Amino acid sequence: MTGTPDLINTLVADAAPVRRLRPPVLRALAWLAVAVVVIGVLGIWHGPRADLQMRLGQPWFVAGMAAAALTGALAAMAAFLLSLPDRSRGWGLLPMPAAALWLGTVGAGCLTDWVRLDGENFQWGDAASCFGLLLLASVPLSVLLFWMLRHTARLRPTPAILSGGLAVAALSACALSLLHVFEASAMILLWNFGAAALVLGVDTAIGRRVLR
Amino acid sequence: MGRTEPPENPQTAAAPDAWAGLMARAQAGERDAYRALLLAVTPYIRAMAARALRERADVEDAVQDILITVHRIRHSYDPARPFRPWLAGVARHRLLDRLRAKGRRAVWEVVWEPVHETFAGDAANTEDRALDTPALNAAIASLPAGQRRAIELTKLREMSLREASAVSGMTEGALKVAVHRGLARLRILLGGTATR
Repeated sequence: MTGTPDLINTLVADAAPVRRLRPPVLRALAWLAVAVVVIGVLGIWHGPRADLQMRLGQPWFVAGMAAAALTGALAAMAAFLLSLPDRSRGWGLLPMPAAALWLGTVGAGCLTDWVRLDGENFQWGDAASCFGLLLLASVPLSVLLFWMLRHTARLRPTPAILSGGLAVAALSACALSLLHVFEASAMILLWNFGAAALVLGVDTAIGRRVLR
Repeated sequence: MGRTEPPENPQTAAAPDAWAGLMARAQAGERDAYRALLLAVTPYIRAMAARALRERADVEDAVQDILITVHRIRHSYDPARPFRPWLAGVARHRLLDRLRAKGRRAVWEVVWEPVHETFAGDAANTEDRALDTPALNAAIASLPAGQRRAIELTKLREMSLREASAVSGMTEGALKVAVHRGLARLRILLGGTATR
């Protein structure tokens, strides 16, 4: 092994000018802008859910969507902050109030709608198209996010990955709710949190490998 | 940009107040500033590593690992912010990683001390008997002449087969056979078994 003075010589010889990272909040906003575009393109391609007008009149639906979008935005900011060595780990808590609100509104919306909790309208075709939408929304957003966070590979990346996964999951759930009709409240629950848990799990597993 | 004259004497390390400025210049590709910074922060990093790790070799490994990380992610430092927390953050993350990896390995490893260097079989612990030269000499003397000569030349005088062949007039093949048989016979004479 080379000695430390030799190592310093090598590093100095390799010291090309570097482009500084932009402030984390700006980078998060840039990622969110891409997310809006991706979801917008999906919306144009797929078309909004048939009953969107009616749904937008329901306070629980609107509150749930807003909470999911807020969770996504705050989690993205937290991910970019956590990816820097000199920021507090406490930033990981930033999206938590919004996430709790999201959980609460979706759950409460389901409770008011409980009578329609039946399996009759469940169709596998619907589930497959819903899953397809989920992939189309979450994969590009995850890839972009991990690419932007790649420098954290030399640090401990887990908190940043968890936060980033939450951001992708919340925005994907938001997109699904806008685009896909859920006939039963059980499906709303399943798709909101099932999709979120799936995206979070997959992103964490893959992110840990990619960012090592 | 106003360039100050770089004080590139490693003995006078840059003061911590100057680190942020040096890093900003290093990000712009100024090698002198970068060298001054790395030389100045190394003792600071080493002190952090020494507090976290016990073994000295580990400490220097960790210092180098941290320096390499500083180098790889130097673009993530924002000169508007203080430098020391950034550096300490990098060092802390790398040290934690190292401690975790060590912890994982320690579960599977046993420290191997010289005192453990022994083996279960009796035959492996015969150092004392191997040094019993009178017995060895007597055993060699009792070998047939060809085997004795072959052992003397190749083992005691440490000649190569070619040299031994030139001295003794035996072919290399014959020498090999004689050495092999002679060693086998010595093993039996000295109380071991003939098999290897």
